[in-house]
Amino acid sequence: MKLRAVLRDSIPPLVLAVAIIVTWHVLVRWFDTPSFLVPSPVEVANVAWEHFEKLARATGVTALAALSGFTASLVAGTAIAFAFSQSRIIRLSGYPYAIFLQTVPIVAIAPLIINWFGNGFQSVVIVAFIISLFPIITNATSGMLSVDPDLLDLFRLHKASRWQLWTKLRLPASVPHIITGARTSSGLAVIGAIVGEFFAGYGRDQFGLGYLIMMTSNQMKTAQLFAAVIASTLLGLVIFGAMGVLSSTVLSRWYDHE
Amino acid sequence: MPDAPLIDCRQLSMSYNGGETVVRDVNLSVAEGEFVSLVGPSGCGKSTLLRLVAGLRNLSSGSMQIRGAAPGARGLRTAFVFQDPNLLPWRSVASNIRLPLELPTGQGAASAKVDSEQLIAESLALIGLNPEDATKRPRQLSGGMRMRVSLARALVTEPELLLLDEPFAALDDILRQQLNEELQRIWWEKRWTGLFVTHNVAEAVFLSQRVLVMSRRPATILGEIAVPFDYPRKPELRADASFAKLCGEVSRLLRAAAEDAA
Repeated sequence: MKLRAVLRDSIPPLVLAVAIIVTWHVLVRWFDTPSFLVPSPVEVANVAWEHFEKLARATGVTALAALSGFTASLVAGTAIAFAFSQSRIIRLSGYPYAIFLQTVPIVAIAPLIINWFGNGFQSVVIVAFIISLFPIITNATSGMLSVDPDLLDLFRLHKASRWQLWTKLRLPASVPHIITGARTSSGLAVIGAIVGEFFAGYGRDQFGLGYLIMMTSNQMKTAQLFAAVIASTLLGLVIFGAMGVLSSTVLSRWYDHE
Repeated sequence: MPDAPLIDCRQLSMSYNGGETVVRDVNLSVAEGEFVSLVGPSGCGKSTLLRLVAGLRNLSSGSMQIRGAAPGARGLRTAFVFQDPNLLPWRSVASNIRLPLELPTGQGAASAKVDSEQLIAESLALIGLNPEDATKRPRQLSGGMRMRVSLARALVTEPELLLLDEPFAALDDILRQQLNEELQRIWWEKRWTGLFVTHNVAEAVFLSQRVLVMSRRPATILGEIAVPFDYPRKPELRADASFAKLCGEVSRLLRAAAEDAA
């Protein structure tokens, strides 16, 4: 039943993908496009196969950076939301700076971060962290504040301590909101990691997809560039998809949703 | 009423931060073990009055004593049932019912003699739920079942004062009647003091010993009607002419209240 639903939902986009690849191939052949401009899908596949190990390693490095940044923003975002939910004053003074995280162009501050934290993995993680923090803060804050007033009355009636109010009510009640934020954040963290790698290139022996995209683009190795772009897209999809599965499992088991 | 009143309000008023007055000049006296209903137009301030009695809101003027102490004082076991069942979706039925026992006012309820599991099981049985429902999640239950769980959560602490804020307003008529019958049976058995807010006249008359009619906002008590029927009351009572007559009287007062301010 579930497998059938998965098949039903995944066949149409797969068919479309095949159609696009075939058209792409035919057009490249037809117009005899030079490979540095648009490589044919066959060429991209060949290059990807040839450099498979390099691509896989780069994907792994980027995934690790994205997941580290994401985990950090999940922890920090929930903690900041906790602080915001404590008082209106804290929220009012802190919130504009949280929005700043959302509006600042990450490419503009990425070089600064590399200046401060040096070239390498840690700076990439920080960029991924910054870009994925905001959705967690806003969703977790609204979750912690939107607890049913009747439930607050119930806990007050029974003289619940501040700690009990948190552990037994506010925190569990905000989990679905945190998960919603986390889904958005997980996708953003991958983007953040790749952007970070554009600037913090690591060294020659250890690099991520962002670095690979940058280098192959500079060297006009367009087929390799395509392969790296596709790998980053797949990485984003896998992480976003995994978060989706995780969230619907949690929500349907413990909460009213879905 | 020979007993000293459990709830004793004099000239009670309440307004929000010096703004709109919600409750004005309420004189209310409820005896130990009495079941009293408050009826009034929707949004008149009945629920606020109930929360004042629970000590969840502060009164602005007048006085209120609950068994000689300030409302909300420790010592009197008080439970509250809301219009929405308000169960915690991440907890099972049994765990929802256990909640008040985990909080400070409920911690004395389980003793060496009865453990909390036994209290929960008794509470489930009292409200007509099967033991196998204990492990279910709230989302697996119907609206009526959720309300039963909500009642069980209130009864598990063996309250001396039970405050009910339109608990059956969202249920269909038959379910409402069934739950009225159960509630009245449990009250007859346990004899807590009950204060029941509703805007359904038949429900108020069926359940209580006295019905107090409230005005539109700012709410005050306009009149009082004694309901003389014996307990436990049978469903057939609703078909009785004297029952209909009392409902008519309450409705007349309620209508006067609505039109008076209009």
